[in-house]
Amino acid sequence: MKWIDYARTCSVQEAVDLLKEGNARPLAGGTDILVNLRVRRFDIDTLVDVKDIPELNEITCDPSEGLTLGAAVPCYSIYTNEAVCAAYPGLIDSASLIGGTQIQGRASIGGNLCNAAPSADAVPALIALGAVANVAGPGGTRQVAVEDFCTAPGQTVLEEGELLVSLHMPPPAKGSGAQYMRFIPRNEMDIAVAGAGVSVEIDNGTFKSARIALASVAPTPLFVREAGDSLVGQPVNEESVRAASAIARDAAKPITDMRGTKEYRMHLCEVLTRRGLNIAIERAKENK
Amino acid sequence: MPAKTYVQTTINGEHVDFLCEPRQSLLECLRDVIGLTGSKEGCNDGNCGACTVVLDGRIVTSCLVLGVEVEGREITTIEGVACGSTLHPVQTAFLENAALQCGICTPGFIVASKVLLEQNPDPTEHEIRFWLANNLCRCTGYDKIVRAVQDAAVKMREAEV
Repeated sequence: MKWIDYARTCSVQEAVDLLKEGNARPLAGGTDILVNLRVRRFDIDTLVDVKDIPELNEITCDPSEGLTLGAAVPCYSIYTNEAVCAAYPGLIDSASLIGGTQIQGRASIGGNLCNAAPSADAVPALIALGAVANVAGPGGTRQVAVEDFCTAPGQTVLEEGELLVSLHMPPPAKGSGAQYMRFIPRNEMDIAVAGAGVSVEIDNGTFKSARIALASVAPTPLFVREAGDSLVGQPVNEESVRAASAIARDAAKPITDMRGTKEYRMHLCEVLTRRGLNIAIERAKENK
Repeated sequence: MPAKTYVQTTINGEHVDFLCEPRQSLLECLRDVIGLTGSKEGCNDGNCGACTVVLDGRIVTSCLVLGVEVEGREITTIEGVACGSTLHPVQTAFLENAALQCGICTPGFIVASKVLLEQNPDPTEHEIRFWLANNLCRCTGYDKIVRAVQDAAVKMREAEV
């Protein structure tokens, strides 16, 4: 690793001021950026530690306001929060399978989003849950829908000086349920061959709304709006679930690499979406 | 050359201060600056868990923490697990169950297992294996390690009664 400067910041403004000087990146859990700097995937001059900024450490789970999740909150603090576990099991699916125990003690969902890996396990769940990213920068603040956040592998909409402050998810509606599931060839600690995050809202045996997003099958986490939309107004049954899963499969644009072939990954998208929808439906039934 | 950073922290219950470059990992600081060589470097990218330490009550891989980040924090390393010459029950269980061969992964496994048993005195085999998924061993094949943790759990529960 080349020489870097390190700055611990205590406010969003202080972090933005340092980031806009250029060639600086925020440091939250560090589980991706320290590895990238060490292998010289990119070089920077300054790491701006954002873990002491109150807004980036917030977890506020309110039945009417929804969930505000600070960008630096580690996975461990998410899945040990009872209110978040009860209201957002789809997010907990992701938070509890990123890395192992040691990584979960440091790695944040915000960092997973900003790292912008196509295989990011948290991002499909965030998209399915309708999460919005709160961004602060030299020009003020702005909101970005999570499905629009990643633009290419390792690239995001963040401009120089901008900082992801928090993620906001709306309160789960009655009769809604969500799920994230990935396929890996071992039990733990691996990168998704494919993944699917889904959410459904069910009213009287009919889908009121649904959102489906995929991991590891495109240059960015992929929101398949048409797959979710196909369920709206349809009865909750095997036929409608299978049809939506086929749309998700057809929307996937995977490559063949060491983790799996294009054909295998497309097949996985169908299977994971179908299984995920069935779990989300069960969770929706419990969420009266 | 830019200046090194002065860091004050607590390691194994004792106040420690040291100078480090901002780019140095906590693992490098422990081993090369402070002289605590019990934590091992395996992969240096967070996969193998040989460098596991406890940072403010949570296990982390010290290769993915910067030395400058631990200002004012509390760290427990493998050197802080035994009480003087009395081994911790997890250490004794690893010896009695032959849960090590080459020993490089052992400090990480013991630190991680100790924190598991403090949080969950009676874990299932499944819980033990998932908790330790971030610790790799290329010698024992894990069964002896899991048995050692189960054995330590029994001994620690008996000692509580």
